[in-house]
Amino acid sequence: MSQSQEEHLYAARVPIFPRSVKGRFRNVKYGILALAYGVYFILPWLRWHRDNGPDQAVIFDLKARLFYVFGMTIHPQDIFLLAALLTLAALLLFFVTSVAGRVFCGYFCFQTLWTDVYMMIERLVQGERPARIRLSKQPWNREKILKIGLTHLLWLLVAFWTGLTFVLYWGDAPTLFVEFFTGKAPFPAYATALFLTATTYVMAGLAREQVCIYMCPYSRFQSAMFDKDTLIVSYDARRGEGTAGRHKIAKGYKTREERHAKGVGDCIDCGYCVQACPTGIDIRNGLQVPCIQCALCIDACDTIMDSLGWERGLIGYYSEHRLEGKPTRIIKWKTLGYGLALAAVVGFMTWLVANQAPLDMHVRKIRQPLYVELADGSIQNSYDIKINNKTSEPVRIRMEVKGLPGAKADFGRFREVRIRPQHYVRLLGKVSIKPAPGVSKRQEFSFRAVPIEPADLPEVEAPARFFMP
Amino acid sequence: MSTDSNKPAVQTTGHAWDGDLQEYNNPLPRWWVWTFYATVVFAVVYWIMYPSWPVGKSFLGGVKTITFQTSSGQEVTTHWNMRARLLHDLQNGEEAVKQREYLEKIANSSFEEILSDPDKLAFVRSAGKVMFADNCAACHGAGGQGVIGLFPNLVDDAWLWGGTLEDIHTTISQGRRGYMPAFPQFAENGKVDNLADYVLSLSGEQGGDPVSIKKGEAIFQGEEGGCYYCHTKQATGMKSLGSANLTDKIWEIANVPGAKTYEEKRAEVRKVILGGIQREMPSWKGRLPDETIKILTVYVHELGGGK
Ligand code: SF4
Ligand code: SF4
Repeated sequence: MSQSQEEHLYAARVPIFPRSVKGRFRNVKYGILALAYGVYFILPWLRWHRDNGPDQAVIFDLKARLFYVFGMTIHPQDIFLLAALLTLAALLLFFVTSVAGRVFCGYFCFQTLWTDVYMMIERLVQGERPARIRLSKQPWNREKILKIGLTHLLWLLVAFWTGLTFVLYWGDAPTLFVEFFTGKAPFPAYATALFLTATTYVMAGLAREQVCIYMCPYSRFQSAMFDKDTLIVSYDARRGEGTAGRHKIAKGYKTREERHAKGVGDCIDCGYCVQACPTGIDIRNGLQVPCIQCALCIDACDTIMDSLGWERGLIGYYSEHRLEGKPTRIIKWKTLGYGLALAAVVGFMTWLVANQAPLDMHVRKIRQPLYVELADGSIQNSYDIKINNKTSEPVRIRMEVKGLPGAKADFGRFREVRIRPQHYVRLLGKVSIKPAPGVSKRQEFSFRAVPIEPADLPEVEAPARFFMP
Repeated sequence: MSTDSNKPAVQTTGHAWDGDLQEYNNPLPRWWVWTFYATVVFAVVYWIMYPSWPVGKSFLGGVKTITFQTSSGQEVTTHWNMRARLLHDLQNGEEAVKQREYLEKIANSSFEEILSDPDKLAFVRSAGKVMFADNCAACHGAGGQGVIGLFPNLVDDAWLWGGTLEDIHTTISQGRRGYMPAFPQFAENGKVDNLADYVLSLSGEQGGDPVSIKKGEAIFQGEEGGCYYCHTKQATGMKSLGSANLTDKIWEIANVPGAKTYEEKRAEVRKVILGGIQREMPSWKGRLPDETIKILTVYVHELGGGK
């Protein structure tokens, strides 16, 4: 316990210089990266024809309170859809985590994707790991200033493009783009773009694994979904260490037979897996918080094993049970439960999307006063009625009352009313009945909105109650 | 070989208690400390910008100011505070500007135009609700249902002073004075009962003695009572005087709907005849802006049974 350790209440970040790898998982990750970047950066530029509304495939129109996603228009009333989407995302995350660990972290998280790109830029400008380490130790001369400067410049460019692209989702992309560079865009556009430029640059360029270790809540609670059957990137210690531990390739330690005879495992302690790790840890120490399960160490080790002609898989996706030599069960109550919940939410969402009614109507009973007696002795109730036209054409409807015998309904001048596309009307409905003996004090009935134009729209009904003294 | 950390997984703080009790040390990242310092700097900047420390009975106002208009139209610049910000937003905020546009639209529309435009009518109904609650609900009730005997019900379709938009507008602007003289002289010889029986029979109330009703009619329609001066021969009232229609089911003053037996109903009517009525609705012109009166007119008209 030396004095120097006592001073380490705060630790400076240890720079990490990951070595690049080639392999199966790396290729999958390139594919996902290309897909994600392609979608994110190209989507706002995609055009889409709409009769009424913006001709952008995906646009979030805050002013009009409408989100357009390809052929779908999402209204504020469709908030359930958002809720379902979030539930779906959460369940999917739980499901995947319980089956195969931090798959999200390793393959899909923005932090991982953007850091990956930033590391590629680093490698492109400064070279492979040894070159980068040398550069970082070198005094500040022309070469270092130039290379480091260029790296940061490219990082900033990517960051800016990221921020700008995000902004383009909230308005007509080509217009906003021109406005942005001519100083005519609204203030929030600049503020958002600037903010995201800064966060992207800091998170993917400077903070990197610190985000995963210290800022990300998911990395902290994901282990709650793990169990001994969860597939995690792990080192097969029984194979790698044997009974006498790992050993470098040396005289008398060349072939597997020689090594096994001495009790030495298959790990040749070349350190490639450690060098390849973007978070700078040694997977051979077991599962650790900083491990984002990116699987790059698998590719690294597989490369080494291939070159030795030994079988792959010294590092791989293994469950704890598998490492202990027991069978792994993927199908069990927990995964089954997550799976069922997932299916239920998907079903619910499909139903929501499929049943998005073109019109909807809400009726609120005015309760102050609950009813009033009119001069001729009849009883009148009033209702606040709101009808939404969710289509992109004007709609004419006729109001009717159903299920209340002898009722007179008064909608002012709006028994027939025209509703503009993507708009709503609020009507005051007054319904009156002559009281007769034997009529119940509380009657259920409904308001109906019958489309006249276009006539092929389905009519909508909303329930209401009629009260009498 | 590797510059990356290959040190033991956990350090200890270096202290040992009771011989072997040690504490693990997981050092915080240094940037975390910087973040803490940054919040300290932020706090200092905040103190300089905004009201912060108390000084005696006053406080440091900060260098940031805000300008707003007081209710009397004066421009005032003070240290930044939320109250001023609220006033500022009420005058110049996005919502305030939008509301002004709507108010202007209403001011420039005829009643006819407002009633035929669902958008304008919806605005009138939501704005009117607030204005009604602020100015009218104290007497007429939050929903306009009134109080029997004191304040008229505005939700039904009976209107003492007329239920057209113009009538309602006049009522709100100029106020109304409702008056019915007291007739204590009818307390003798049961004449007031005769009158009450007659009046109740006009609204179709069953239970009055036909002879008494006949007597009552004679007083009502003859010079003895002279009731028909105001209530008319048909007893349907006159809107120029605000006299009630006695033939409908609506009772403004006598709480007939609340009474159970015929006796109680008659007692209610009797009270009105013997005591008379004196009510007043104040005039709102000058106290409320013209467009507010306009909005209230349409709002009240729409409440229940505008004509
Ligand atoms: S240990 Fe392996 S899987 Fe985990 S972060 Fe490092 S390289 Fe990725
Ligand atoms: S890459 Fe494989 S062989 Fe090399 S040190 Fe890592 S586990 Fe051992």
